[in-house]
Amino acid sequence: MTTTRETSTPAFLAGDEYSIPTYRVLSQDGRLIEGAEAPQLERAKARRIYQAMLATRVMDERMMAAQRQGRLSFYMQCTGEEAAVVGATAALDDADMIMAQYREQGALVYRGFSFDEFMNQLFGNELDYGKGRQMPVHYGSRKLHYMTISSPLGTQIPQATGYAYGQKLAGEGLCTLVFFGEGAASEGDFHAALNMAAVHEAPVIFFCRNNGYAISTPTVEQFAADGVAPRALGYRMHVIRIDGNDILAVYRATEQARRIAVEHNKPVLIEAMTYRLAAHSSSDDPSGYRSKKEEEAWREKDPILRMKRWMAERDWWTDDEEQSLQEELRREVLETMKRAEKRPPPALGTLVTDVYADVTPALQRQLDALEAHIRRYPDAYPKGAQSLDPSVNGGADATTDQGGA
Amino acid sequence: MPNMNMLQAINNALDIAMAEDERVLCFGEDVGSFGGVFRATSHLQEKYGHARCFNTPIVEQGIVGFANGLAAQGSVPVAEIQFADYIFPAFDQIVNETAKFRYRSGDLFNVGGLTLRAPYGGGISGGHYHSQSPEAYFAHTPGLKVVIPRNPYEAKGLLLASIRDPDPVLFFEPKRLYRASTGEVPEEDYQLPLGEAEVTKEGSDVALVGWGAQMEVIERAVELAEKDGISCEVIDLRTILPWDEDTVADSVFKTGRLVVTHEAPRTGGFAGEIAAAIQERCFLYLESPVMRVTGLDTPFPLTLEKEYLPDHLKIHEAIRASVHY
Repeated sequence: MTTTRETSTPAFLAGDEYSIPTYRVLSQDGRLIEGAEAPQLERAKARRIYQAMLATRVMDERMMAAQRQGRLSFYMQCTGEEAAVVGATAALDDADMIMAQYREQGALVYRGFSFDEFMNQLFGNELDYGKGRQMPVHYGSRKLHYMTISSPLGTQIPQATGYAYGQKLAGEGLCTLVFFGEGAASEGDFHAALNMAAVHEAPVIFFCRNNGYAISTPTVEQFAADGVAPRALGYRMHVIRIDGNDILAVYRATEQARRIAVEHNKPVLIEAMTYRLAAHSSSDDPSGYRSKKEEEAWREKDPILRMKRWMAERDWWTDDEEQSLQEELRREVLETMKRAEKRPPPALGTLVTDVYADVTPALQRQLDALEAHIRRYPDAYPKGAQSLDPSVNGGADATTDQGGA
Repeated sequence: MPNMNMLQAINNALDIAMAEDERVLCFGEDVGSFGGVFRATSHLQEKYGHARCFNTPIVEQGIVGFANGLAAQGSVPVAEIQFADYIFPAFDQIVNETAKFRYRSGDLFNVGGLTLRAPYGGGISGGHYHSQSPEAYFAHTPGLKVVIPRNPYEAKGLLLASIRDPDPVLFFEPKRLYRASTGEVPEEDYQLPLGEAEVTKEGSDVALVGWGAQMEVIERAVELAEKDGISCEVIDLRTILPWDEDTVADSVFKTGRLVVTHEAPRTGGFAGEIAAAIQERCFLYLESPVMRVTGLDTPFPLTLEKEYLPDHLKIHEAIRASVHY
C-alpha cells in the first residue's frame, strides 16, 4: 500500500530522522543501568544461559588450538558474541526453529547438543549426522530444531521466512529465528526475505549480529546507512537495535520480538551490536585489518564477563563454580575430541546416498565402478578402502550410539 | 473423458493436489486471484483461500528461498516462476540449497516436497527472454529432478507425480503448447512415473529422442521420414534428470542410430550428455554417429526465430543423414 499525502514543496528526506537508539540494560560492571528494567529471568535459567556461554567459549578456544596443532582442518569461533547468540536462543521456545549462519554454535550448546555431537561433525566421522559431507562447524540437529548450516551467505534468510509461514499455517504457535551477520545482510536474499516476511506476515525474527567485520571488510565499507536496523522501516517491519553484549537486553528484546511474531504474525528485525573478538575463521588473520587497541577495547566489553558480574552480584554464581566448570569443560572437550578423531570415516556408500531419497541406477553404477577401482588401489584411498574392508584398520571403536539426530 | 488443453490439465492437477492435501501451497508472481499470466492457477485462490494460493513480490530468489523453507518445514510448495528465463536470480537457491538440502544434512532435513513450475521454450515470438530452455543448467546439478511434459495428459500425470515425489522437482512446461496442445485427460487422479522415458512409437531404422515441445516436431519429421521408407522409433525422455539411459540404449541396440533434439543451444546442451552416454554403452551397435538437432549457439533470436529453431525439416534431414551415413 502506498500513502498519498501530498506536498507542494520538493522536500527530500536524508534519512537522518530515522536514527534508531541502542537498547541496553546492563552496564559492564554487572549493574543495571539507571531506569532499566531487567527481564523476568529466574536463577536456574540464568545459570543455564551462563553455562552455555562459558561452554561455547571453552570449546571454541580448545578447538582453535586443535586447528593450530593440525588436528582439525578448519574452525570458526563465536567468541565475543556469546550473549547475542545464547541470549536470543534462551528467549525462544526450545521447539522454535533456528536457522543460523555458521558462528552460532552457542545456540546448539544451550539446547543440549553434546560435545560428542560437536566433535563428530568437526571430524566428519561415521557418527557425524551430516555423514562427513560438509566442512567443520556445519552442524545441524533435527531434534533440537536447528537447521543444518549451509556455507552460501544469506540463503537461510528467505528460507526462514518460508519456514515461519509454514509454522503459521500449522498453527502450533511456533516461530523461526534466523541469524546472520551485517555483511550477509547485503545479499539480495536478505532483502527478499524481509519484504516477503512483511507482505506474507510470517512469524520470523531476523537476528542480525552486527559484529563490525565481514572477514576484513568493516561496516563503513558494507553500508552507508546507520547500520542494518533502518532497513526494516522500508519494509514496514518492527525493529529494535540492542547491545549484543548485554545478555539481559538480548533476552528481553528477543522475548518481546517472539511475542510480536507468534501472537501477531509479524516479523521483527533485531540488530545486535557486538564484536567478533576472534578471527573470521582459522584461515583468517585480523592483524591485517584492525588494531590490537581496538580489540582490547572490545575485550573489556566481554559479554561473558558482564553476565558473570551480574550473576555474582546476585550470588547466583561463584568463582569456585567458575573454576571447576571451566576445568570440567576443558577435560570434556579433550576427551570427546580424542574419541571423535579415532572414529572411522563414513562408509564409502554414503557418497551416493541422500542425493535423492533413493539411490538412482546411474549413481549405483558410479559407486560400483568406484568400489572396484578402490579395491585395485586401496593404498591410494585409505578412507574408502577402510570402509570396504573394516579389518584393514580395526583400531577405532564405534560402539557409542549418539541416539537420535 | 474430457478434452483439455495443457493449461487446463495443469490447473486440474494443482486442484487435485490442493484438495487432497492441505499442506500443498501454490504461489508466485500473479498466481493469486489473477490465476497466473497463463492462467495455470485459475480459481485456486477462490477455492483454497489466500493463505494457500497467493501472489508474491517480484523476487525469484525470494520465491525459491521461501519455498525451500516451506518444504523443509513439511509443507508442499508448488512455486511458479513466471518464465523459465527469469529463474536465474534463484539459481543459487536452487543449485546450492534445494539440490543439496538432503545431502548436506545427512537426511536430517530435506526439501523433497518442493515443485518449481516454469514455462519454457520458444515459438511464441518471445525473443531472448521469453523463449529459453534452461534444462541443461539444472541437469548438471545432482539432487534436482527435471521433468518436462509433451501434452496435456502427460502434464497432469507428471505434475501430480512431481508434487508427491520425495525429491525436489523442476517442472518445465512447454508454453507454446499451453493452448495449442489438446487431448483427452482423465478427470480423476493419476500419476506418471518420473525417471522413466516413454517409447511413443516403435521403429527399426533410427531412434529419435526429445522432450516437451520437440516431441510434436519430431512427430512431423517422422511422418516425412516414413514416406521415404525409414522406420523411426520415438522416445520422449520426460525426465531430463535423472534420465532413463536404459530405454534410450535399448532403442539404439535395436536401431543402431540415434538423433537427439532440443531447442536449447547445442554446446553444453543435454543432447551432448545423451550422445556421450550412448556411445559409451552402445559403441559397437552404432551404424552412424549420434546426431544432434538443436538451437544455434546464439542467444534466442526474435525475427529469425523460425530459422533458429530445430524444426521438423532439420530433424528430417538429420534422420536421412543418419540412415544414409
